[in-house]
Amino acid sequence: MARTGRNKPSLRVLVWLGVILAAMTAVLAGGTMSGVASWSPKLALDLEGGTQMILAPKVEGGSDINEEQLNQAVAIIRQRVDGSGVAEAEISTQSGRNVVVSLPGTPSTETRALIQASADMNFRPVLVTGAGAAVPAAERTPAAQLPKPTAKPANASDSNWITADVQKQFEALDCDNPAQDKQERSDPAKPLVTCEPATDQTPAIKYILGPVEVKGVEIQGSTFQLQQGAQGAVTNEWAVNIQFNAEGTAKFKTVTERLNQFYVAAGGETGSDPKSQFAIVLDNQVISAPRSQAVITDGRPQITGGFTEQSAKALSDQLRFGALPISFDIQSEQQISATLGGEQLRMGLLAGLIGLLLVVVYSLFQYRALGFVTIASLVVAGALTYLAIAILGWTENYRLSLAGVAGIIVSIGQTADSFIVYFERIRDELREGRGLVSAVENGWKRAKRTVLASKAVNLLAALVLYFVAVGNVRGFAFTLGLTAIADLIVVFMFTHPTLQQLARTRFFGEGHKFSGLDPERLGAVPLYRGAGRLRSPEDKPSVVRAKNTGAAAEAERRMTIAERRRAEQQEQLAGSSKGPAKEGK
Amino acid sequence: MSSFAKFGNELYTGKRSYNFVGAKKIWFLVAAAAVALSILIPVVKGGFNLGIEFRGGSEFTVSNVKTTEASVGEKAVHDVVPGSVPRVANVAGTTMRIQTDKLSDDETLKIKEGLTKAYGVTDNEVTSTFVGPTWGADVTKQALIGLVVFVALATVLMALYFRTWKMSLSAIAGMLVTMFITAGVYALSDFEVTPSAIIGFLTVLSYSLYDTVVVFDKIRENTADIDSSTRRTFGEEVNLAVNQTLVRSINTMMVAILPVGAILFIGAGLLGAGTLRDLSLALFVGILIGTAATIFIAAPMYAWLRQGEAPLVKQAQRVKQRRGDAAAKAAAAEPAKA
Repeated sequence: MARTGRNKPSLRVLVWLGVILAAMTAVLAGGTMSGVASWSPKLALDLEGGTQMILAPKVEGGSDINEEQLNQAVAIIRQRVDGSGVAEAEISTQSGRNVVVSLPGTPSTETRALIQASADMNFRPVLVTGAGAAVPAAERTPAAQLPKPTAKPANASDSNWITADVQKQFEALDCDNPAQDKQERSDPAKPLVTCEPATDQTPAIKYILGPVEVKGVEIQGSTFQLQQGAQGAVTNEWAVNIQFNAEGTAKFKTVTERLNQFYVAAGGETGSDPKSQFAIVLDNQVISAPRSQAVITDGRPQITGGFTEQSAKALSDQLRFGALPISFDIQSEQQISATLGGEQLRMGLLAGLIGLLLVVVYSLFQYRALGFVTIASLVVAGALTYLAIAILGWTENYRLSLAGVAGIIVSIGQTADSFIVYFERIRDELREGRGLVSAVENGWKRAKRTVLASKAVNLLAALVLYFVAVGNVRGFAFTLGLTAIADLIVVFMFTHPTLQQLARTRFFGEGHKFSGLDPERLGAVPLYRGAGRLRSPEDKPSVVRAKNTGAAAEAERRMTIAERRRAEQQEQLAGSSKGPAKEGK
Repeated sequence: MSSFAKFGNELYTGKRSYNFVGAKKIWFLVAAAAVALSILIPVVKGGFNLGIEFRGGSEFTVSNVKTTEASVGEKAVHDVVPGSVPRVANVAGTTMRIQTDKLSDDETLKIKEGLTKAYGVTDNEVTSTFVGPTWGADVTKQALIGLVVFVALATVLMALYFRTWKMSLSAIAGMLVTMFITAGVYALSDFEVTPSAIIGFLTVLSYSLYDTVVVFDKIRENTADIDSSTRRTFGEEVNLAVNQTLVRSINTMMVAILPVGAILFIGAGLLGAGTLRDLSLALFVGILIGTAATIFIAAPMYAWLRQGEAPLVKQAQRVKQRRGDAAAKAAAAEPAKA
């Protein structure tokens, strides 16, 4: 197809683009074959169907929420949603203020309540412990022998808290089946029957706990570290440190004084009186129930025993959640049926196709054969965008939403824009009387800056929109930015090199009337208007250009010289004396 | 195409020229009037037609309904919340939209069930949206932050790129005119303002600037050696640049608006209200106005801002003088030949 030798630099660029596309395809293919990725982009809830809730975290006391607290809020919700057995929930923060929870399907009232509730952390003394399983009906305490409190309980550790009801509840509770104990918020003034769920190391335990003695808000902070031995040397044991505020310190001192008596009375380390234990209860589940081995007067207890680094960190985090009772307001909730989402996607894609078709028709109408370059460029841009979205769906869990689809459709026009800017520049150069090869080079030099500047505006807008976006329209900003980048790659690595190649073909180079670059049609005038007459069609630069074999820049230079000679000849032939001063000899 | 190409050629050589810069007073007056109206209309009408995201409340969308009667939906809502005044509308084809005041979780679930039965659809053909009362304020705040941040960053970017604050200022002025008039059109036509519409609106600003960048680039190129030229005055060069990029402006606008139009008519015609429709509506209006604002406001304003500069005044005098000389020469040559 190339008539006059190949333009190597532009071919090389095209090859590089092919390499990029092939590499992206290979990455995605690799991911798909190993089963972690998929050829189709992941869809957001508004297309797939499901529920999206936007929650505003609220700290008790009304103070503003900071980033760390927001992250804790996300961790709290994640823990709860995971715990409630909802698969594939996505929880993220938005604009540094809100938490977005996306769930497939419609959540039950319980799940919603669970998500909204604030963390509720309390410290309660232990009254009775037992194995996790429910006591078989036959072995339960007969009605006559159920405990009947004889007096008002004197303190939180008093066995008089255990009434017949509490005892029955305790025996019926089955901690091996965690779905059973999803009660929200207990009365802090009453005893509580609850579980410590099983972990990898320990089986489930059930408890009867006394009333709340210290509240979670009274925790000032919590850290975890390797425990220090008696000589101050670091041991291999992990420990969790709590620090109470002044109020908490005073209360905790009273509590440990009492609990420690049970501990000492039961024989210290060898003893096992449950009443020496102090349960940390988060959302009505016991997360830890350490024994009070000493009276803590400074409000800085340390919990030790069987922690791994991971479990120590988990407990420490949980303690900090408790110190921060965040509750959530539902700002907006959307339940989208899969039917509606699917229909919207179909219609969106249909709209995109029609829009694409219209752009294709329009550019063929306006630019004739050059329109095919536009179409090919759009196809390449489309492929780049598609691959990027599919890969991001795999690596970053990016999900395409309806707004994202809108962003892609809108970008069709903006991508075609850069070609128009470029093509019009080439036409301008042709009108100035340049040959196609040099028109392409000169037009590109000028269009390049314009395209870069205007794409910078697009990207800036996309970035601003992305960071301040509200609701679910963030996807729009994302695809808008993504396609702006794809557009830049395509203009630089596909459209321009392709035109450089095409400029060397007979069809375009000689300005066939269907090429869209027909100089005659574009009213080309010779470079040297000073000659005072129009150049005849035979004198079109394309004839001169036939000698060209070098690179584009060189071609341009040579042609200019050639043109100048020709112009001089013409002038001499015409016998004109009005030539430009620089040409006069 | 032939005539369009010819049109482009004539614009390029200056054979055909529209006096965009010269008639700037008219454009500025028209723009000022349009902006004033755009501010007045919402004030008189008592604000925009805000979507549910701003008002707070609950909304149900039922697709594939057996009947499009509104009374059926109203009854379903009344059965659960007797005193409420639901707004039931057939938004497109077989899709119904039911808006109510804020509902509790329980009520939402019950109404959803009721609507499923009333319209003879299955459970997963009913979509419900609930928006808390404070969400709208949040959305508005974010949109305003976005607006301010974008305008500030764009001004800096423009100033850096063009290296003259006068171009930057003109570009931003054109953008602001676009912004006000687009908002005015929204107020006048009672289109619903949703977060999607606001995002579309912000995108329009980017489009408006983008368009201005392309035209200003040509202006800068044409006026690069204005000091040494006596062919045209600065204003005339700016006008020529606008004319030379006119075909590009029209083509750009066309390819931008074609896909948006496709979403708009498919979005509005087949799906009723939704993300796609709201976005494309704002874009459709804004792209048209944005293109016009570059040609009629931004470019003439730039010429106007610079025409008083001393070197340009001198240059204009030189142009005038040369033209006077040429005219005198021609006048002198004429009788000699005769």
